[in-house]
Amino acid sequence: MTAALVSLKGVVKRYIRGKQRVQVLHGIDLKIHSGEFLALMGPSGSGKTTLLNLIGGIDRADEGDLLVADERINAFTARELARWRARNVGFVFQFYNLMPLLTAEQNVELPLLMTSLSKAQRSANVKAALELVGLDDRASHKPAELSGGQQQRVAIARALVADPTLLVCDEPTGDLDREMAEQILDLLQIVNREQHKTIIMVTHDPKAAARATRQLHLDKGHLLVAESSLAA
Amino acid sequence: MKFFPLIWASLWRKKARTIFTLLSITIAFLLFGLLQGINAWMSAFGTGSNANRLYVVSRVSELQPLPSAYLRQVLAVPGVRKSTYIAGFTGFYQEKSNALVAFATDVKTIFNLYPEWQIAPEQLVAMSRTRAGAIVAAPLMRKFGWKIGDRIPLRTSVVKQDGSADWDFEIVGIYDVPSAPVEANRILINYAYFDEARLRERGTAWAFVVAVEDPARSAQICAAVDALFVNSAYETVTQDEKAYVQGQLRQIGDVSLMANAIVAAVLFTLLFLTGNTMMQSVRERTPELAILKTVGFSDRSVTVLVLIESILLCVLAASLGLAAAAGVFPVVAALGFGGSALPLKVVAAGLAMAVVLALASGLPPAWRAQRLLIVEALAGR
Repeated sequence: MTAALVSLKGVVKRYIRGKQRVQVLHGIDLKIHSGEFLALMGPSGSGKTTLLNLIGGIDRADEGDLLVADERINAFTARELARWRARNVGFVFQFYNLMPLLTAEQNVELPLLMTSLSKAQRSANVKAALELVGLDDRASHKPAELSGGQQQRVAIARALVADPTLLVCDEPTGDLDREMAEQILDLLQIVNREQHKTIIMVTHDPKAAARATRQLHLDKGHLLVAESSLAA
Repeated sequence: MKFFPLIWASLWRKKARTIFTLLSITIAFLLFGLLQGINAWMSAFGTGSNANRLYVVSRVSELQPLPSAYLRQVLAVPGVRKSTYIAGFTGFYQEKSNALVAFATDVKTIFNLYPEWQIAPEQLVAMSRTRAGAIVAAPLMRKFGWKIGDRIPLRTSVVKQDGSADWDFEIVGIYDVPSAPVEANRILINYAYFDEARLRERGTAWAFVVAVEDPARSAQICAAVDALFVNSAYETVTQDEKAYVQGQLRQIGDVSLMANAIVAAVLFTLLFLTGNTMMQSVRERTPELAILKTVGFSDRSVTVLVLIESILLCVLAASLGLAAAAGVFPVVAALGFGGSALPLKVVAAGLAMAVVLALASGLPPAWRAQRLLIVEALAGR
């Protein structure tokens, strides 16, 4: 077994909703190894997305320790965390979250704008990412001119363009029909196996979860079962 | 530059709203350019004041002419070095929009009184030999494409003895005022010819220009000149150049105060308009800004992007407005307000004002964008 890329110890997360204080995660302990494709499952409100957001560095834990690639990200300042995300994490969302007025290639280029790469280097990276997802011929199209599946591919290209260590996917097939969903899952598997990216995917779909190398179940903020499976 | 496509796309997210905001700012800065341009022109009017020069006008009103025979008495006042009279007319060349002012004077003396006015000596000699000659300010020559030797017909309100109000002059010289280009805006004609040819008010002048030997004695000389004509039918008031110019400006009213008040009101209104546009734009883009932060843009980067967008909108619109003002300015100038070109300092002040406006209206939405929490924004809260 390889070393743990992500390590959570006693992670607690609370939200304030109106006058109520809601505890979403109750002392989560978890290790995710480099090269894993992990599926996080559980009912709505179980804390899957919250856990994913903490690991991706777009939210902060209230208690506990969170290490990614030996970096204690819950100790970072907002600026350090933004820089860390740009270097280490790619995000894929259920509703793609592309910029509607930018073309596919401009959307994919976004994470590279905060780097010191030259225009030529950025263009080369964007082209490679779009080729990887099979959309190099749609580079100049805007999101509205692409199908849902194609938009999700653009989002995956955007997530991969900066060559991150970790890919976090929140219901990446939730807005797609079965055929499109299978294509996206195929793509994620290729990225995991051939690019050796560690993927953490939140999903409700058991078929999607079956593609992962490991499944975890959350319920009411507690990790329930940790079962290993081999992807088909 | 690498952020430009992102900023430009954000700016045009709602085309109609951006166009209307752009138009509002453009029109506001057109107004700013015109008002401040006229303001600057009027301020510059007295800057070249010469302490050696005095002006003698009617005590009743500057519109009331004085007898030109006063000149001899004025010249006899101790301390007076030189003097001459100024009469003339306002008229237009071909079309009413081509308004002009002609000064009828002793041309040789006037160039002595105004050493900053520059003319080739041979052209001054030619003027003395050509009764119906004219010396024209260089900007007017350029504006109308005139050349030396051209005959220019001017329609005026001054009727000649033959009953016509049309005057023909032959251009024999060109003068310029490099130290104060706004003052080079007239045509100079021979008083002797003008006075002989006109039907009414012959033997009169609008004013006398006086050069004194010692500016320190100006106040005494003013009093001495006015004392000459006290209790006469045409009493005078004599002032130094600065007081005279300021007096003329006061007749129009406090233009500077009016211009500044109008511009301030317009810019204040614009602040809310632009601020509202930017705030709406940022509110609509909340999820997109959250995505930028997700992919690694820092809070500060997002703030700067919003501010640059605001600056781009305001400076682009202000540039269009100021360019329009620069285009309209010569037309307004032809009506008698303003110089031949929009002063560069007005353009610079306008652009600086646009940046201030952009920062003031862009700061609240930029602050909102900076404080935006990714998770809350992505969840649509």
